[in-house]
Amino acid sequence: MYKVEIGKKILSANEEYAAKNSRLLTEQGKLCLNMISSPGSGKTTILVRTINELKDKIKIGVIEGDIQTDIDAKRIQATGAPAVQINTDGACHLSAAQVGSGLEKLPVVDLDLIFIENVGNLICPSAFELGETAKVVVLSVPEGDDKPVKYPATFARSKVLLINKIDLLGAHTQVDFNLERVKADTRKLNKSIEIFPLSAKTGEGFAAWCNWLLRAVEKLR
Amino acid sequence: MHETMMAQSLLSMISAEAEKRNAKPIIAKISCGVLNAVNDDVLCFAFDSVAKGTACEGMKLEIEHKQIQGRCKSCAEIFDVELSQPVCPKCGGEDFELQPDAALVLEEIEFSKE
Repeated sequence: MYKVEIGKKILSANEEYAAKNSRLLTEQGKLCLNMISSPGSGKTTILVRTINELKDKIKIGVIEGDIQTDIDAKRIQATGAPAVQINTDGACHLSAAQVGSGLEKLPVVDLDLIFIENVGNLICPSAFELGETAKVVVLSVPEGDDKPVKYPATFARSKVLLINKIDLLGAHTQVDFNLERVKADTRKLNKSIEIFPLSAKTGEGFAAWCNWLLRAVEKLR
Repeated sequence: MHETMMAQSLLSMISAEAEKRNAKPIIAKISCGVLNAVNDDVLCFAFDSVAKGTACEGMKLEIEHKQIQGRCKSCAEIFDVELSQPVCPKCGGEDFELQPDAALVLEEIEFSKE
């Protein structure tokens, strides 16, 4: 037997595609946010409401990642915003190459903000850079307040945490969820993270989130 | 499950090295960071599956996990961050900056002599 030192990155192909996406977005001054969460946290509903709230101010496009179907892209397109559906055919995360082909199909030049809705999964997507400006992690109230502790990697690396479905908080529901615990646990890992509790159903909390988006878009222009 | 993509990439890298040397690969050493979220069993299983029928069939993977480090904002200490309880071991400070995570790297391949 003999040993050979290699020392090469295993995901370098993905990193090269990510760098290419990042160059394209940076050169054109576009904000691109990679949305990561468990299935059912309300990512698409958040996007639909965000697009509607900001319709008159900025142009938003969406790359939708799902294992199968184009249900989500159709929901986005119904708002009038351009959306591209990518089916990963079983894979639990989007790759940078897939996002690159999604960007080719979107009218990027005309857009201010591009959302990438990753496949619903709180673990795998965090291992694959897509060339995005930043990651946004979404946690919804029914999932429980222990998720930042149980799945720290995604929370540690995100620029924004959206806590969705806060309309389910309060004594009238049966849901135990300590909002302050989530904030404290997340900030332990990530001091500078922006946290916006909101409800995509009622619209509560959207003003702060949308203002943050507008400022972030402005900064890159 | 993202290990499948890692396994495929790993297979093509090892296959290329084996072909170059016209040798049979036996063991591959890999290192990864916390944020790669690699589960050893899943990666080995995925690799076994994709390696079936190739020169890499039956290979063993040795996986080293590298801790992510943080830089304490109070005392500048660089320390291994325990993500479940991140505290600076020197001053007890809780405000720190995460350092870049270790990449997923193919470190070394062992080939059989013949």
